[in-house]
Amino acid sequence: MKESVIKTEKLTKRFGDFVAVNEISFEVFKGEVFGFLGANGAGKTTAMRMLCGLSVPSSGIATVAGFDVFKQTENIKRNIGYMSQKFSLYEDLTVLENIRFFGGIYGLSDKQLKEKSSELVLTLGLQNETKKLVGALPLGWKQKLAFSVAIIHQPKIVFLDEPTGGVDPVTRRQFWDLIYEAANSGITIFVTTHYMDEAEYCNRVSMMVDGSIKALDSPSNLKKQFSATSMDEVFFELARGAKRGE
Amino acid sequence: MKQFLVFIKKEFYHVFRDRKTLLMLFGLPIAQIVLFGFALTNEIKNNRIVIVDYAKDLASQQIINKIEASKYFDIDKSLMSHNEIEAAFKEGKIKMAVVFPAGFNNELLHLNKSQIQLIVDASDPNTGTTLTTYISSIVMTYQTELMKNNSIPYRIVPELRMLYNPELKGAPNFVPGVMALVMMLICVMMTSVSIVKEKEKGTMEVLLVSPFRPILVIISKAVPYLLISLVNVSIILLLSVYLLDLPINGSVLLLFAESTLLIITALSLGLLISTATESQQAAMLLSMMGMMLPTVFFSGFMFPIENMPFPLQMISNLVPAKWYYIIVKSIMIKGLGFSAIWKETLILVGMTVFLLTISFRKFKIRLA
Amino acid sequence: MVILNNITKTYNKGNTIAVDDVSFSVGKGELFGLIGPDGAGKTSIFRVLTTLLLPDGGSATVDGCDVVIDYKKIRSQVGYMPGKFSLYQDLTVEENLNFFATIFNTTIKENYELIKEIYVQIEPFKNRRAEKLSGGMKQKLALCCALIHKPTVLFLDEPTTGVDAVSRKEFWEMLKRLKEQGITILVSTPYMDEATLCDRIALIQTGKIMSIDTPNNIVKAYSGTLYKIKSDMMNKLSNDLHSYENMLSCYAFGEYLHLSFKNENEHFEKELMNILKEKGHQQIEFERTIPTIEDCFIKLMSSSG
Repeated sequence: MKESVIKTEKLTKRFGDFVAVNEISFEVFKGEVFGFLGANGAGKTTAMRMLCGLSVPSSGIATVAGFDVFKQTENIKRNIGYMSQKFSLYEDLTVLENIRFFGGIYGLSDKQLKEKSSELVLTLGLQNETKKLVGALPLGWKQKLAFSVAIIHQPKIVFLDEPTGGVDPVTRRQFWDLIYEAANSGITIFVTTHYMDEAEYCNRVSMMVDGSIKALDSPSNLKKQFSATSMDEVFFELARGAKRGE
Repeated sequence: MKQFLVFIKKEFYHVFRDRKTLLMLFGLPIAQIVLFGFALTNEIKNNRIVIVDYAKDLASQQIINKIEASKYFDIDKSLMSHNEIEAAFKEGKIKMAVVFPAGFNNELLHLNKSQIQLIVDASDPNTGTTLTTYISSIVMTYQTELMKNNSIPYRIVPELRMLYNPELKGAPNFVPGVMALVMMLICVMMTSVSIVKEKEKGTMEVLLVSPFRPILVIISKAVPYLLISLVNVSIILLLSVYLLDLPINGSVLLLFAESTLLIITALSLGLLISTATESQQAAMLLSMMGMMLPTVFFSGFMFPIENMPFPLQMISNLVPAKWYYIIVKSIMIKGLGFSAIWKETLILVGMTVFLLTISFRKFKIRLA
Repeated sequence: MVILNNITKTYNKGNTIAVDDVSFSVGKGELFGLIGPDGAGKTSIFRVLTTLLLPDGGSATVDGCDVVIDYKKIRSQVGYMPGKFSLYQDLTVEENLNFFATIFNTTIKENYELIKEIYVQIEPFKNRRAEKLSGGMKQKLALCCALIHKPTVLFLDEPTTGVDAVSRKEFWEMLKRLKEQGITILVSTPYMDEATLCDRIALIQTGKIMSIDTPNNIVKAYSGTLYKIKSDMMNKLSNDLHSYENMLSCYAFGEYLHLSFKNENEHFEKELMNILKEKGHQQIEFERTIPTIEDCFIKLMSSSG
């Protein structure tokens, strides 16, 4: 039996009359790379916010890292990492300052911080850049650094919201190498993306349309199910029927 | 021309659809005037004062009776020493002390001249002035009554001691001050923020890449705030005339003309700020620090400029609101005409031309 | 229609080179794509062409007008949709469109034919404020606003960034139809898969153009042979392949890994299979594949260092 780290049952979020997320039920297992796909406005961001403990669900049940999203949001926050394309690091702090800061808020001790930051700088090859402002780094490096910082406290799960938007194809792949490395160390990856080839890199993918999950399986099974040759086609098949936008 | 009108219409949509800003635009001047208005009308009544009567003779008793009869004072007649009076002031228990020196009546009768000491808490200048005026007029009345019965010209000289704010800035001075403040706030902050907002949202790029002349973008941004400010000036004036009973002694037309001048000065400042900043926050902060604070500190309506050290006095000359404040006071309160304020007007015109020139120079028809 | 000669643009007093000696030209009625990641210099090129930035070196013309001297003329002729362009959120669809029509000295009626096809899709919401529109609809409205004065050249800076795959497809359909009406279109995108939808493309990275041609020719120019491979243990596969000394490049590509080799003698395939079987891989799929634009981009990137 695989250990599940995220489990939802009929998780729902309403804003007035509008049902942003409609009774979604799914499970994510330990060490899995889980792709959370959907069209703009399908409800991905809202669902992700609920799982991160930033937004209280209207109804349903959900546990993240074993904690209840209604009552134990503080515990959840301590056990997850988060990174998005929009907000990742402080541009006006140096590489090292960013690492220290984020490590610090996650309660790493000074000794741990020192070890972690030198280890991180080494794996990313940023030895000569530690004193540079993050704003001066190329986007790809920034994103890789942001990811490493998001998992600096060895969270059980890391949520990645379009982490590779606009990144060049080579760096994008290096980024995925980091993702796999993290997954192999037991961290569960929960990722959204608009690149359909990246959907193929996930162990399992869920497709959200108009607030509900319309399909959930491994990429190869999904392709079989929709008799498609690529995930692009699967997505197109599913999202074409979408009625609403953001 | 049609482009221009459409642009202004768009600006009005922005203003009227942003409820919070709209509320601030019109609510703020009203709130300020009403607040000051209440400060003026309410606090004057039932002020606690203390009377220290070292004389205890006929004249002092008669004056005390007159003060007691007035609705403006609550009198505490407990005899206090000077030290006790100081302490009572510090605790804020009393607003004024009236001290009759020993032998008050005697001096009056034999030397034809006597003194009363009035010690006033002038930290609230409005109340301070009003109280001394009241007491002085009561003493004057008494003096006239004495003279009626007697041919000898008795004189009682109230000796005034103002505590905390001897300059006695206050009362009617607030209205011109509020006018200057409100216009600075609306014009400088709103223009700069609304231009910078277009930069932030990327719409400025599209506007630049259009046949619409960039300078017109700026002018059409300024027009709505000019109109709104004029409406605000009218509201403030109406309130001050009807709510605060503060008449406009000079020409209303002149007052509006001068106000329009200040508005244009403020708009050009806002424009200058917008050319120097890239984010709404920065524009807001710069407007606050750059305009609001100097207006409050250096226009002269909160803190008397004459008492400032010389370098600060020089700085105050750079603040447009100071000149406007002098102009409005001259027109509204003193009822003077243009001949009395042409110098100040000229200074404002000079400032406006200067600011407009740099901001048009600095305004970029391209990015960065 | 659009000609760039050795255009250079630097920031920070010349310390940051955004556009490095770029030259290309776009013909009338062409759909031209600038393909590259963020920070490659796409936006700077667009801003130079739309007269928003002065180049530090080189010259450029749009529809025969110099971008520095005749900037006023260019501004009345081109349509431009900046990357972060978000319309006026507090104005309705119709108010937005009306505003831009008037600013460009025209009316919605006058050029309705051009935008009709796109506008009918958002017309039911014409009284809705732009902020309440979905991402796809906003994009359509923005396109209408950029088209309303019937521009000769249309500049679209990353119109599809952050937009889902379905809306992206729809958007490209719209561009195709606009092209048929004779409008020259320059579009930039970080999504390599969109490259094939352009007539010609420029692959751009760190301010330099690495290659410029039709998508087909760029693919044809790919030197060497590209293979794809897949096994039952994908996580391990990449590491195991990297230990094979004949390997030139190997990277993930969708469900496969794409590989190329230094030396393709008759034995290499057998050699490779033996190694992989030794390492325990099963269900190995291995075959030649046609490179995509993304493969070309990766190859060009690695060869330019």
